[in-house]
Amino acid sequence: MSRDDVKPAPAQAATAAAAGGAAAEATPATPSRWARSDLARVLRSGQVRAGLIMTIIMVIFAIVGPFLAPRNPNDASGGPGPYNPPTDGFPLGTDNIGNDVLSRLLAGGIHLAWMAPASAFTAVLLGAVVGVVAAYYGGVVDMLLMRLMDVLLAFPLVVFIILFVSMVGPKPWLLVVLVVIGMVPGVARVLRGAALPLKEREYVLWATAAGIPARRIMLREYLPNIWSPLMVELGMRLMWSIGALASISYLGYGIQAPDFDWGTMIEESRNGLQTQPWAVLVPVLVIVLFTIGSNIMAEGAARVVARTEKDR
Amino acid sequence: MAYVEVKHLSVAIGDGSLIVDDVSLELEAGQVLGVVGESGSGKSTLALAMLAYARRGAQITGGQVLVGGIDMLQLTGRPLRLARNGTVAYVPQDPATALNPKLSIKRQISEVLTEPLSQRPPIVAAALASVGLPTKPEFLRRRPGALSGGQQQRVALAMAIAPGPGLLVLDEPTTGLDVTTQARVLELVAKLCRERQMAAIYISHDLAVVADVADKIAVMYGGQFVEIGTAEQVTTAPRHPYSRALIDAVPSVRRRLRLGAIPGRAAGLMPQRQGCVFYERCTLAQERCGVDDIGVQLMPDGAQVRCVLTSEPPAAPRVIVDEADPAAGASESALLVKNLAAGYSHHRVLHDVSLTVGPGECVALVGESGSGKTTLARCLIGLHPRQAGEVLVFGDELAPLARQRTAEQRRDIQYIFQNPYASLNPRRTVGDSIAVAVKFLGGASGPAVQAEVAAALERVELPAALAQRYPAELSGGQRQRAAIARALVCHPKVLLCDEVTSALDVSVQASVIELLRGLLEEGLSMLFVTHNLAVVRSIAHRATVLEKGRIVESAPVERLFAAPEHPYTQELLANTLELAAAAGQ
Repeated sequence: MSRDDVKPAPAQAATAAAAGGAAAEATPATPSRWARSDLARVLRSGQVRAGLIMTIIMVIFAIVGPFLAPRNPNDASGGPGPYNPPTDGFPLGTDNIGNDVLSRLLAGGIHLAWMAPASAFTAVLLGAVVGVVAAYYGGVVDMLLMRLMDVLLAFPLVVFIILFVSMVGPKPWLLVVLVVIGMVPGVARVLRGAALPLKEREYVLWATAAGIPARRIMLREYLPNIWSPLMVELGMRLMWSIGALASISYLGYGIQAPDFDWGTMIEESRNGLQTQPWAVLVPVLVIVLFTIGSNIMAEGAARVVARTEKDR
Repeated sequence: MAYVEVKHLSVAIGDGSLIVDDVSLELEAGQVLGVVGESGSGKSTLALAMLAYARRGAQITGGQVLVGGIDMLQLTGRPLRLARNGTVAYVPQDPATALNPKLSIKRQISEVLTEPLSQRPPIVAAALASVGLPTKPEFLRRRPGALSGGQQQRVALAMAIAPGPGLLVLDEPTTGLDVTTQARVLELVAKLCRERQMAAIYISHDLAVVADVADKIAVMYGGQFVEIGTAEQVTTAPRHPYSRALIDAVPSVRRRLRLGAIPGRAAGLMPQRQGCVFYERCTLAQERCGVDDIGVQLMPDGAQVRCVLTSEPPAAPRVIVDEADPAAGASESALLVKNLAAGYSHHRVLHDVSLTVGPGECVALVGESGSGKTTLARCLIGLHPRQAGEVLVFGDELAPLARQRTAEQRRDIQYIFQNPYASLNPRRTVGDSIAVAVKFLGGASGPAVQAEVAAALERVELPAALAQRYPAELSGGQRQRAAIARALVCHPKVLLCDEVTSALDVSVQASVIELLRGLLEEGLSMLFVTHNLAVVRSIAHRATVLEKGRIVESAPVERLFAAPEHPYTQELLANTLELAAAAGQ
C-alpha cells in the first residue's frame, strides 16, 4: 500500500484495529464473500442455529409424520373408545371419538408445515415490495400505499376470516391468503421504516444522479440494505402464522372434518381435558415447540443484525 | 507541584493493547494544554480517563491523575461522582446530543450543582454570564432545540464551569461549528481559564485550533505523547518527525502550499509493541527505532520528546508558485451556471446564482453551513429541482433533473460526496460499486469493466486488491478515494467535490487534496465546495463566496485572500485560524 490513510472514528478504531484492522493488513487474504455476508453472520449465531434446528425438526416431524402414523388417524374402530387414557397400542390414548391421538398427532402437522411458511414468505415478499416502493417514491405513492395498508390493518382479522370462509368455504389457499392479508401491513410498515433513511444516503443519491433505473435502485441499493430487518420479519411472521393458522382451526374455520390438524385436535378433545388430557396437551405442545423454535430463530437474527448494524 | 499532574496513565482493552500508553503531564492552574493527534490516537480515551472513566471494554490499568493533590483514580462511589464536574469537568464534542432536548437551560445547568435548590439560580446566572449568554428568565426557559450550535456549545460550557471545577477537559468542542462560531468559542475558553484560574485540556485533531488556544501542546500518536512542549515550540520547531508531518499537512490561507500526507496507516492496537510507535511511517527511522524501547528525552527547555533524533526533523518544501489560471482566456466554460434559483416549498435557498468554471480550472465555492452550498451542488448534479436558471456543461444545456438528462450528460458531470462513510453501498464490494458506474455510465461491458475498475483504482493510488473489500473494511481516506475512482471511471468533464475532506483528518485531507491536484493537472475541471478557506488556498484557482444563497464575491484566490472586498469574506478570513509555521514558511 503505497499511500494510505488513517482508520476513522476513535472508538471503533480502537476495537476494529485490534480485532481486524491490524490482522487484515498483515494477511491480504480476506474471508470469502459468503463468510462476510449477513446471512452467514446470522447463521453463525448459536441462538439462531438452535432455533433453526428446532424449527427444522418440527417441519420434518410434520412432513414425515403421516407416513409413520401407526394407525389410520380417522378410524376409531377396534380402539378402546373415546377419551381413553394411554394404553397398550395407544401410547397417547384416544380422542373424543376414539381415534388414536399419536397417529393424529403425527398426521396432523402437514397442513401447518406448508401453510405457515407459505404465508410467511408471501407476506414478507409483498410487504417488502409495498414498503420499498412506498419509501422510494414517497409522496402520493407512499401515502396511497400506506393508507391502503392502514385499511387492511383496520379490519379485525377474525371477523374477516369468518366472513370469507363462510362465503368461499374453508379452502387451504384461502386461509393462506387471509393470513397474508393480515400480516402484509405490519411487514410493509417495518420495511418502509427501514428503507426511508436510505433515500438520503449518498450511494442512493449517486445512483439517482447516475440515472440508474428505479427498479434497479430498489433491488440493488435498497434491498441489500434492508436484508437484515427482512430476515427478522420472516422469522417473526413464521411464528405468527403458525399461531394464527392453529387458532383458525381451533375456532372451526380452518381445516374441516374429516380432515384435521393440531388446531382442530385441541378443539375436538377439549371437553375431555380432565379424563384424557393428552389429547389436548400434546398438540398444544407441538404448536408451542414450533412457535418457540421460530421465535428463538427470529430473535437471534435480530440480535446479530443489531450488532452488525453497529459495526457499519 | 503543579496543580494537575498525570503520571504514567495507561488505559487498555481486553487483550492488553494499550489505547493510552504511559502518558504523563503537568499543568498549572490557568494553563491550557492542547492535545493533537489523528483519529484513533487515543485522545478521547485520555480525556475520559481524566475523569477516571473508561468506555465499555476499556480499563484504566495504571497511573495517577492528581488534581489539586487528589488522585481521581482512587475515588469511588459518591466522592467520585462529586469529583466529576466538581473537580474535573468535561465538555463533549457534540453539544446537540450532550444536552437533554427536553430540559430547559436552567434545569440543565442547575442539575449539575450540589448546592441547595434556593442557592442555585445565582450560580446558574453567573455561569451563563461568563460564557456570554443572556440570563433573562425567557432564555433560561428555552430548550436546547431553540438554540444555535454555538449557543448550545456555550450552554455545555456553562454546565461544565458552574460547579467551579479545577480542570476542564474539552473533547473537540468546536469540530461541528462554523469558523466564526469556533473562533468565538475558542476565545471564550481562553478567557474562562484565565479568569477562573482553571486548568484545561483541549483535545482536537486540528493543529491550528490547538495552537490558537493552548499554552502547551502535546502531540499524541498510538496512545503515547510523542512530543510535549510550549505551543510556540511545537508549532514552529517540532522535534518529533510525527509533529513535523502533522504540521506539513496543514494548509494555509496565506499562500499556496503542497500538503504533505503521512505515508502508511495509523498505528493499530497490538498487545505487544516493539520499538517506536511511529516507526512504520517515519521517514527518518533508523534501524534501532523498530527494536528498542524509545524513552522520553527531556529537553533543556522543559519539553519532552519520544524520539532518538537529536536534531529537529527538516521541514518539507511546500510552497507552490501560484500558477496562471489554466482557464484564463478560454473561450468556453466547462461549467456555466446562469441565474440559478432553487429551494424548498416555502423558502428559497439559492437566489440568482451565476458562476463559471473554465476548462482545467478549480473553482472553490465557499460558505458556511446553511449558505446553500450543498443545494447548489445538488442542483447541478440533478438531484434537486431548480426554480429558475440554466446549467451548461461545455455549452450543452442540462435538464434540471438527472433522469431528464441523457446518459452522456450524466457522465459529464460527476459528484463526490461529503460523507465517505455513506457514499458507497455498504453491502457491495468497492469493486462492484465502481463496476456499476462503468456499466451504466462508462459504456464498457464484459471483461473491459474489470480493466476499467483496476485502472481507476490505480489512478487514485489504491491497491487493486481493495476491489474485493467492503467499504466497512476501508479507512475514511480510502473510501473517499474509492468514491473518486467511481467518479473517474465515467470520464467526467467536470468534477463536483462537496466538502470532500471535512470528515477526514488533516493528514488524510492532505493526501486527498494532493490526489485532486494531480487530476487538475491532467486537465479536469473542478467545482470544489467547502467551508475551509485554507484548503481553498492550497488548491483552487478562483473562489466564489456564497452567503445566504447569494454570491457575494468572486475572484482569483490570490486577490481574494490578499484583499477581500465583501465584509462577509473579510469576516470568514479573519476567523480562519492559521498555523504560524505554515503561514510563515
